[in-house]
Amino acid sequence: MNLSFWLNGVYRHEEVEPDTMLLDFLREKGCYSVKCGCETSNCGLCTVLMDGKPVLSCSMLALRAEGKKIVTMEGMQKEAEEFGAFLADEGAEQCGFCNPGFIMNIFAMENELEDPTEEEIKEYLAGNLCRCSGFVGQTRSILKYLEYKKTKKREEAEE
Amino acid sequence: MLKIKSYVKVNSIAEAYELNQKKSACVLGGMIWLKMGNRNVSTAIDLSGLGLDTVQELEDEYVIGCMTTLHDLEINKSLDAFTQGALRESLRHIVGVQFRNCATVGGSIFGRYGFSDVLTLFLAMDTWVDLYQAGRVPLAEFVKMKKDRDILQAVIVKKTPLKTVYLSQRNTETDFPVLTCAVSLIGEQPRTVIGARPGCAMVVEDKEDFLYGFTEMSKKEKTEAARRFSEYAAANVPVGSNMRGSGEYRRLLTEVLTRRAWETLGGIEK
Repeated sequence: MNLSFWLNGVYRHEEVEPDTMLLDFLREKGCYSVKCGCETSNCGLCTVLMDGKPVLSCSMLALRAEGKKIVTMEGMQKEAEEFGAFLADEGAEQCGFCNPGFIMNIFAMENELEDPTEEEIKEYLAGNLCRCSGFVGQTRSILKYLEYKKTKKREEAEE
Repeated sequence: MLKIKSYVKVNSIAEAYELNQKKSACVLGGMIWLKMGNRNVSTAIDLSGLGLDTVQELEDEYVIGCMTTLHDLEINKSLDAFTQGALRESLRHIVGVQFRNCATVGGSIFGRYGFSDVLTLFLAMDTWVDLYQAGRVPLAEFVKMKKDRDILQAVIVKKTPLKTVYLSQRNTETDFPVLTCAVSLIGEQPRTVIGARPGCAMVVEDKEDFLYGFTEMSKKEKTEAARRFSEYAAANVPVGSNMRGSGEYRRLLTEVLTRRAWETLGGIEK
């Protein structure tokens, strides 16, 4: 079947089977940041943004992307690098397998929540599982990253 | 594994209904549960092009389109105020935001899943389902109906004055609940719903009128009524065992959650 959608800012026309999941389709198209972790909709590793909202690509038919804007970490390299530095500084990157889904959800959280508390951050990211860490380093890195972004925004506004 | 032969994004509910009369066809909700099973679907029917993904607030009711996602419900300020935060409480523990951006209210209600937090809370309100063929049916009746090939278009919540409290017990955050409990006063009418028994959520009838006149009771009377009704609920709600908890554990939870919920609704501070 035909599928027309935006992938990381590029409008594409593709052929896809009716039962192909978005996760498999995106990986076929070279978006290897999108990982398959649990396949039971629990781990958040396959998180991508669909029209700005985080969704589980393992649980969504590729055909449901028709006319939508899909963004994977390949489309947010600069932003991911910026946050990744905070993650690395806190020793929170660990094996790295969950990081792309985790980072995509942090970007979604940044768009949705204004100045979130630690509690709100933890609640928003509850659907991103990491089996290496206890989430402490990750939480530290997010808090520092958000503080950095806030300061940067304030400085830009003052200029 | 889920196999789909053909996929149709329908242009009308009538078209969806017609396609759905074939037993091997399937209406897609959020697909979270559907994709976990082994199933061969001849025609996957997608309602996502029909604009049924919004919450409409009318003078006397909320009309929630069947394709509204659980996260959209969770962040709806009007529904949050109407339910005094109970709706958000019932949704926020369901896996993660990404999950709730996929799962739909129609899928959750139509599936009548035993583990459903959503069904438990909606049963505690003056809720109706709008079915394409059968029309509007009270949700409490709908959960008892045999599953058929009708199509749920919307969930209606009447704006009958409501006080409600939602509680659930989980073995671990984001897991299915071991037990869910919603209590409410719809107008002056008390209602208690227990779900994840692990069977489908059910309304617990107060046959002995323990909660009759609850709003007019003193704090001491409310405490006593909550205690007596929770014991009654524990004795009368059928519960069973599964990998998340034994029937005995669920029976104890029924008593504790029911009592806590009624005490909270009655404004009794511990």
